Amino acid sequence: MSRTDWEVVIGLEVHAQLNTSSKIFSAASTAFGAAPNAQVAPVDIALPGALPVLNRGAVERAIRFGLAIGAEVAPRSVFARKNYFYPDLPKGYQISQFELPVVQGGEITIRVGEGEGDKAYDKTVRLTRAHLEEDAGKSLHEDFHGMTGIDLNRAGTPLLEIVSEPDMRSSAEAVAYARALHALVRWIDICDGNMQEGSFRCDANVSVRRKGAIELGTRREIKNLNSFRFLQQAIDFEVQWQIDTIEDGGRIQQATVLFDPDTGETRMMRSKEDAHDYRYFPDPDLLPLAIADEWKARVAAAMPELPGAMKARFIDDWGLSAYDATTLTASKEIADFYQATVDAAGGGALATQLPKLCANWVMGELAARLNKAEREIADSPVSPAQLAGLVARIGDNTISNAIGRKVFDALWNGEGASADEIIERDGLKQVTDSGAIDALIDEVLAANQKSVDEFRAGKEKAFNALVGQVMKASRGKANPAQVNELLRAKLGG
Amino acid sequence: MINAPITELRRALDAREVSAVELATLFLHRIESLNPQLNAFITVDREGALTAARTADERIARGEAGPLTGIPIAHKDLFCTEGVLTTCGSKMLSNFVSPYDAHIVERLKAAGAVSLGKTNMDEFAMGSSNESSFYGAVKNPWDMRRVPGGSSGGSAAAVAARMVPLATGSDTGGSVRQPAAFSGITGIKPTYGVCSRYGMIAYASSLDQAGAFGASAADCALLLAAMSGFDERDSTSLERPAQDFTAALAAPASAKPLEGLRIGLPREFFAEGLADDVRGAVEAALAQYRALGATTVEVGLPNLKLAIPAYYVIAPAEASSNLSRFDGVRYGHRAADYADLNDMYCKTRAEGFGDEVKRRILIGTYVLSHGYYDAYYLQAQRLRHLIADDFRAALAQCDLIAGPTTPTTAWALGAMADDPVQMYLSDIYTLAINLAGLPGLSHPCGFGDGGLPVGLQLVGDHFAEGALLDAAHRFQQHTDWHLRRPACAA
Amino acid sequence: MSLSSEQISHIARLARIELSPAELEATRAKLDDVFDLIAQMQAVDTRGVAPMSHPQDLPARLREDLVTATDRREAFQRVAPQTEAGLYLVPKVIE
Repeated sequence: MSRTDWEVVIGLEVHAQLNTSSKIFSAASTAFGAAPNAQVAPVDIALPGALPVLNRGAVERAIRFGLAIGAEVAPRSVFARKNYFYPDLPKGYQISQFELPVVQGGEITIRVGEGEGDKAYDKTVRLTRAHLEEDAGKSLHEDFHGMTGIDLNRAGTPLLEIVSEPDMRSSAEAVAYARALHALVRWIDICDGNMQEGSFRCDANVSVRRKGAIELGTRREIKNLNSFRFLQQAIDFEVQWQIDTIEDGGRIQQATVLFDPDTGETRMMRSKEDAHDYRYFPDPDLLPLAIADEWKARVAAAMPELPGAMKARFIDDWGLSAYDATTLTASKEIADFYQATVDAAGGGALATQLPKLCANWVMGELAARLNKAEREIADSPVSPAQLAGLVARIGDNTISNAIGRKVFDALWNGEGASADEIIERDGLKQVTDSGAIDALIDEVLAANQKSVDEFRAGKEKAFNALVGQVMKASRGKANPAQVNELLRAKLGG
Repeated sequence: MINAPITELRRALDAREVSAVELATLFLHRIESLNPQLNAFITVDREGALTAARTADERIARGEAGPLTGIPIAHKDLFCTEGVLTTCGSKMLSNFVSPYDAHIVERLKAAGAVSLGKTNMDEFAMGSSNESSFYGAVKNPWDMRRVPGGSSGGSAAAVAARMVPLATGSDTGGSVRQPAAFSGITGIKPTYGVCSRYGMIAYASSLDQAGAFGASAADCALLLAAMSGFDERDSTSLERPAQDFTAALAAPASAKPLEGLRIGLPREFFAEGLADDVRGAVEAALAQYRALGATTVEVGLPNLKLAIPAYYVIAPAEASSNLSRFDGVRYGHRAADYADLNDMYCKTRAEGFGDEVKRRILIGTYVLSHGYYDAYYLQAQRLRHLIADDFRAALAQCDLIAGPTTPTTAWALGAMADDPVQMYLSDIYTLAINLAGLPGLSHPCGFGDGGLPVGLQLVGDHFAEGALLDAAHRFQQHTDWHLRRPACAA
Repeated sequence: MSLSSEQISHIARLARIELSPAELEATRAKLDDVFDLIAQMQAVDTRGVAPMSHPQDLPARLREDLVTATDRREAFQRVAPQTEAGLYLVPKVIE
């Protein structure tokens, strides 16, 4: 039996570290990379008698997320204790939310695959909930004469655990969802999204069932995937493993597994072997979290335009393709750059073509150059205003696309403040004076009798050669359309 | 001098008839001579006390003294004290020198009070006899063969024996009021949230509240006023204007100082189970209250009996979680020999905790565990609601509730050692007040068989601590039970 | 009611408290008494009564997002059983 007889069911739990300055329950810093245990307040190391006090900034970020995914932001939510013993969990319990999470429901529309048409499709993933909780510390496994070192700097860093419904049907969909979520939390500025530093970590719940089955298969949870590539690899391996296991007559046991990037395989977590009984109960140190409508309204008023809305606007108002609109809203930085470019390019008679022209340049030349130079769009040497100036000149036929690339080079290398300045200085203006072009054509025809004869003999290629010669003679500045027209007139005549 | 009220000590200090250093030395001497028998102190901080006393003297000299500047006090050993051993009566913390001060400790330092040391207590405040302490039982100053009550037994015994004029305590189910009653002194537990819990080692977070011990309501009022107040580091600390509990105390004594006070007497406080000698003393005291102008009305607390099972689900549940941090990793005891991480946890906690603490952790773990949560924890929370409603209804018919603090006087050491449930039942009159988060006060109101002190409990609505202190003070202005001393302090 | 030895071992394991067989039996006897006491609750009909998890019927007070804690590692680790290079040391953790 092959993969095609099976349906894959995936749900994701994403832990996003919220980018507050202080911890969720203490006034210690959340900055990454400090000396071990240098960023801990009494409650972070669970000193006897130390107590938690909730950080307003963490709550505000949770509200922002809830509003961004169209979820219910609970007017009343409750913090509960999740009890278990582990050295990186100083209190012996994690303060989390259980029965009443701060964000309930919501959805995210993702685009799976790249390009146009049937190569890619949109899909809406439902979210179950998102709740606030505290991060744990870190266990350093390098050997301290047979012991493990515990660093509690990370303990108490605010986390938003974002739980999806089991709506994804392939590793590609899971990755597309994770990417969309990653872009969103950065877009609304609640998480720095730094996956190397563990700011954005994915757990994947994976199960398989025979096509057409209604019952969900038994799931295994793959913990702590901190890159999209590992997410993809881990799910692909796990899916194949589960299918093989069942087809070999085995049964899947519910389990928590780890992905080993070196072997590309998943393995059971020893520390999670014994069945857990977390004994959740409302934390008596923390009263229920109340979020008033006024607070929600204030947060909503301060929200940036969301990627979904922006994408729709690009398609509906500016006539961009779904692919272009998706690419240009992949991150807030790109979207802002593009929007600024279009705004600066102004419009007038060209208003209708400019958005597409700007899109081509942002996604084409600029993206390629940034990629080559390994630079973020935020520190692009060419500013939106400069790019807009260039695009405008192409739009109004002052220069051709080919010359446009020269001008872009100059701007990129800082050889000129604006497209106009460079065009002026280097005399790159397109020649549209038919008299001047006629003269050029006469020279070329005189110098290329052979091509002329071939053309007359019906060789269309020879015509193109002649056009090329004229363009060359004009050092690329003649308007190609005009050259065509006039040349055909001469030869035809 | 050792039996003088705080206001008199204040006067003497301000008049330079005595210095804070002399006062500290005087009481340190009493501790040194009495502690070997009473075992009321776990740590005596002579150095720290004398340094604080010298600072207090300078402050007095500058004319900057507050009500407690230079007054000796002692802290129950569950309040974290920076640089001073803080054991919570447990082997688990027998080596724990706290790196920080509890909020109330900070406040009392700022007030210039001079801490002489840390008092003995039931391990992690779990007990009603002070026999579960890793540091041994505390003796009742009135009868060394008897318990002083618990869990703040050390503080109560220390004040009763005048080893110190004032002491802090904590009250989760009666741990201030019951030992105050057994030891013949006054003790108050304010409304939940009036004193910050920051730095008070937690037993049951939704029930724990710091309290004050003194010979009289007037002395307690001075200590409570200095301890209480808003603390942003405790989410449950209440942000309200500071109460001056001493204001009412200044009221001039009149023939009928309690005119207009309506006292509710819950029938359940006087039902079977109440010892005759206690009933006799309490009823006599209530007659005195009436003589002073108060009227009494019978009220009902129909669900009172359920407070015991509800408490013994809720308190252990919270405790089982609160005590998980004692894992031998960051502070406190760690087992010497272990096979692996889990073995280290299990041995450390088996060695570090005493039997009663282990018992309550196991009870709490069980009632929260999968499949039992609804039947136990949730049911207990619902009963807690019924009990709180009972008090609301009763307090709608009166200003204060009064009754015995305990069903009996102090029992003999070891009498209940093998019968925890019997001891749990003895807290019947005090537990419910913590479940409802109300203020409660116990003051001496006479003596029972064998000359053992009897306490009368006053309970008020939220934030009525001032009214409780006021009523008790007016009673004490016309009676002398609070002036009686055990032989060792006579 | 009576707890089985298995139940007691299970909760003791959850609570990370080692109990010798003798302790387990002694504990069981005492816990049975306590649960008989607690059992009185079960008789009460509490339908429609909301659970009261806290004496304060108030919303949480929030702190502003400010860093005021300073590095007190040296003081905090002075009371630690075993540390090295600023880390708390524990028996090897296997994930």
